[in-house]
Amino acid sequence: MSTSASSPAAAAIAPMIAMEGVEKWYGTFKALTDINLTVRPGEKIVLCGPSGSGKSTLIRCINHLETYEKGRIVVDGVLLDNNPKTIDVVRREVGMVFQQFNLFPHLTVLQNCTLAPMRSRGLARDAAEATARRLLGRVKILDQADKYPAQLSGGQQQRVAIARALCMEPKAMLFDEPTSALDPEMVKEVLDTMIGLAKDGMTMICVTHEMGFARQVADRVIFMSEGAIVEEGPPAEFFQNPRHQRTKKFLGEILPRY
Amino acid sequence: MGTPQIVFLLYGLQWTIILALVAFAGGTVTGLIVALLRTSESRAVSRVTAGYIALFQGTPLLMQLFVVYYALALAGLRLEAWQAVAIGFTLHASAYLGEIWRGSIEAVPRGQVEAAKALSLGYFWRMKDVVLPQAIRISLPATIGFLVQLIKGTSLAAIVGFTELARAGSIISNTTYKPLMAYGVVGIMYFLICWPLSIWGTRLERKFAVATR
Repeated sequence: MSTSASSPAAAAIAPMIAMEGVEKWYGTFKALTDINLTVRPGEKIVLCGPSGSGKSTLIRCINHLETYEKGRIVVDGVLLDNNPKTIDVVRREVGMVFQQFNLFPHLTVLQNCTLAPMRSRGLARDAAEATARRLLGRVKILDQADKYPAQLSGGQQQRVAIARALCMEPKAMLFDEPTSALDPEMVKEVLDTMIGLAKDGMTMICVTHEMGFARQVADRVIFMSEGAIVEEGPPAEFFQNPRHQRTKKFLGEILPRY
Repeated sequence: MGTPQIVFLLYGLQWTIILALVAFAGGTVTGLIVALLRTSESRAVSRVTAGYIALFQGTPLLMQLFVVYYALALAGLRLEAWQAVAIGFTLHASAYLGEIWRGSIEAVPRGQVEAAKALSLGYFWRMKDVVLPQAIRISLPATIGFLVQLIKGTSLAAIVGFTELARAGSIISNTTYKPLMAYGVVGIMYFLICWPLSIWGTRLERKFAVATR
């Protein structure tokens, strides 16, 4: 992570993402309960938990795809409220990769990657295309730049989606079950891309059930259940000695597969 | 029926086409606005627009034209027949096209909007570059279907004394005493405009059904 802060001490203290007492309701259903989470620049977090435990809701709050009713979220020093201006600032700093890729089907791979930098950051086409080609090269898909998403495999589409998010030069990346919609043989190429990104120091929060990825990459693994953070710790500790009954049960169900 | 009568009918046909084009152009612009307001995140805006659509879909076009031409004149606003008809058809088309396009906008998967938002694309670019290009494809068959209806609907302009194809036909019928002949020719003329459009619409429908399979 290349922090441009003048004092290294300040950079170490200022979190990239800070959630304090965040709560969210869907009507009368409480989706998130007292979420406290601080992510340092360059830190990699893996969020896991049973379906419906609020993992996706949590990360979708960070770029305001979901609103929250209580608490506060600060992203790179910007307090995320309902002001469109601050939402825009935060979204420019935070990239997101979705389970269903969500590539724009009517645009080519290259156009998918240049649209937001040109429209939102005001880049000239040449500059946007140069960046896009560099990042498509990084996810090893530059040769498909002029194809449409439907002509690519799922794994290729997800790698394009990662490149598209990177083209905005975000300071942090959110991954919402990026491999869950993929055929098994394509999971690895996407995970390898994410591992490469992690090695380059990107701040990442990944909702995933890929525990191998969590072991290899995560600084912290967080387990959620019923909208609350139940347990968190470094992967070695998390997998060896889960403290809570619900964590043990969840790991017992998910780990034999790996 | 001789050449002067045919020329007169062609003159009517010309006005029918102009009227349909004006109504479609006016309806496209205002219909797009209606569709965007209807899909607004503001519930109040969406409801008011829904009321507008309900009003124009729920009352006969004939009555709408009548109101624009005569009622506005009573209120002191005197409009030429063609102006009244253009306004009436634009309002009518905006409600129908607005509703067709609202459905198409909502048929674009939610993930598309979310991806655009996550890339910090504002509402304008989100609509122009992401949602509308996809919504237009979805809406094409229904839009063309409505255009065909609109062309035939222009015959109602006769009520305010506007001489388009249907009225030209009735004038010829009254002067030649050959109603079957006159209306037969008029019918064929309508058919020759509408039929190719219908075929085009069906073709597009098939094309997009294949594309999205």
